[in-house]
Amino acid sequence: MRRFGPRMPEFLFEARHLTKRYGTQVVVDDLSFAIERGECLGVIGPNGAGKTTTIRMGLGLTAPDSGEVEALGLHMPRDALAIKAQLGVVSQFDTLDPDFSLAENLLVYGRYFGMKDTAIRARIPQLLEFAALSHKADVKPGELSGGMRRRLSLARALVNDPKLLMLDEPTTGLDPQARHLMWERLQLLLQQGKSILLTTHFMDEAERLCGRLIVIDHGRKIAEGRPRDLIAQYLEPDVVEAYGNGAMQLADSPLKQFASRVEVSGETVFFYTHDAKPLLDAFAHEHPKLRTLHRPANLEDLFLKLTGRQIREDG
Amino acid sequence: MDSIWRFPDLSLRWWPVFLRNLLVWRKLAIPSLVGNIAEPLMWLVAFGYGMGALVGSVHLEGETVPYILFLASGSICMSAMNAASFEALYSAFSRMHVQKTWDGIMNAPVSLDNIVLAEMLWAGFKSLCSVTAILGVMLALNISHSPKLLAAWPVLLCVGIAFSCIALVFNALAKGYDFFTYYFTLFLTPMMFLSGVFFPRDQLPAALRAFSDWLPLTNAVELVRPMFMDRWPQHPVQNALVLAVYAVGAFWIALALTRKRFRA
Repeated sequence: MRRFGPRMPEFLFEARHLTKRYGTQVVVDDLSFAIERGECLGVIGPNGAGKTTTIRMGLGLTAPDSGEVEALGLHMPRDALAIKAQLGVVSQFDTLDPDFSLAENLLVYGRYFGMKDTAIRARIPQLLEFAALSHKADVKPGELSGGMRRRLSLARALVNDPKLLMLDEPTTGLDPQARHLMWERLQLLLQQGKSILLTTHFMDEAERLCGRLIVIDHGRKIAEGRPRDLIAQYLEPDVVEAYGNGAMQLADSPLKQFASRVEVSGETVFFYTHDAKPLLDAFAHEHPKLRTLHRPANLEDLFLKLTGRQIREDG
Repeated sequence: MDSIWRFPDLSLRWWPVFLRNLLVWRKLAIPSLVGNIAEPLMWLVAFGYGMGALVGSVHLEGETVPYILFLASGSICMSAMNAASFEALYSAFSRMHVQKTWDGIMNAPVSLDNIVLAEMLWAGFKSLCSVTAILGVMLALNISHSPKLLAAWPVLLCVGIAFSCIALVFNALAKGYDFFTYYFTLFLTPMMFLSGVFFPRDQLPAALRAFSDWLPLTNAVELVRPMFMDRWPQHPVQNALVLAVYAVGAFWIALALTRKRFRA
């Protein structure tokens, strides 16, 4: 790390007051955030919140209407190519080459970074092993499952041994096994000292991987902090969910007195409380047939509290 | 914000993109080459020998030229045009829009300008491959043995490049493959008939002939045809300039429109 010398910036990546409009619609609105060395920063927000536009501005692919991006001590868009030489990017949709084998995909991608063929070929076995795809080196991406393709995209993003990874919804559309394998790989990268910017709308993913989160909605940052701190700051610690026949009537029943906040979503009533015991006792006495679930508040609750429960049009 | 019309920002980073296309093509080269030369050869056989028997020979600049030679020297320019256009439209569009290959490349340190340059040179290169194969067949058929064909070869590369620049303008505007049908039927096909490929341009009404003077294919044919007849072109500087203006102008426009397309 010391080789950067005294000019080494405090943050690996910093976005300051980014704003982007399309016509009259403000997609990203005065958004500022920074990524520290070795951390995984999560950007969470509903569909259409501006996550992908933010990443594109971070990559210099979309020009912000105002604000600036600094990465690795360099300025976007002036130094876009020098910055990208040290980045690894996995975009929301795979851009793998369907005509190439997996090994050729990695070779061809490494060449875009100006790497020598011998240097790339030396890295290919370990990249395929990292992606758990060593046995598939000679097949084409079309023959892979969704999870395998995403892992190949991740391996491809690592070909240049980047300092910072930008991952745009890397596990969207994957089954649970494939997601867990992806998470395991990302944790491995964090242990190796890589930094990650991750957008997601899976709260369990954000909670597992991200040391810090920013929540954005309608292009604005509405919260920032460590997952546990955010939950403690915005939510009561306990949640009791009640569902089944008759549950809906409870939202306006005397049970409300035991909760500091009551919300209804679909067929479920959520009681947010600092002390679940009296509430659970009341349930046991008065509504023994109702199905209830007592659990600690989590990021999903936070997310829904901050961004609302309605389905987004463009979701 | 930077203007989309700003000066092209080009470097040697186009090379790995060109290499990528070459690696894909290497796997499909033989069938693709057969497809590329089969059609022009059919034109040559059907028109050259069939019509040639009816027409006999053509009077051109005070010289009598066998129709097959007249047609061969024109149709090779048409082949260069078609091969380059096809590659810079259908194939480039697949990479740009359908497979999102360009998006993947732009996440690496390769600029959009260099990707467009690579596609332009690649379409020119593919056109040269077709042209070379067709030239080989024409030599084998004994249509022309002019040593000046060696000079015609690089000229045909430039013809391919000019047409790939023009095609990339339409690639940048396309919403889907259907759009390219218009380009072929409304632009390239009429040009084939106005540029002296199949019959001498003095058959055209004066106004149409004056118009056709400025068509890129006309200038290509006027450069290449004399070399098949072992002569040098009459207006090489003018012909080359017209093609160069088309190439540079179209490349600049293609770059601007592609930047606009990717700006969103």
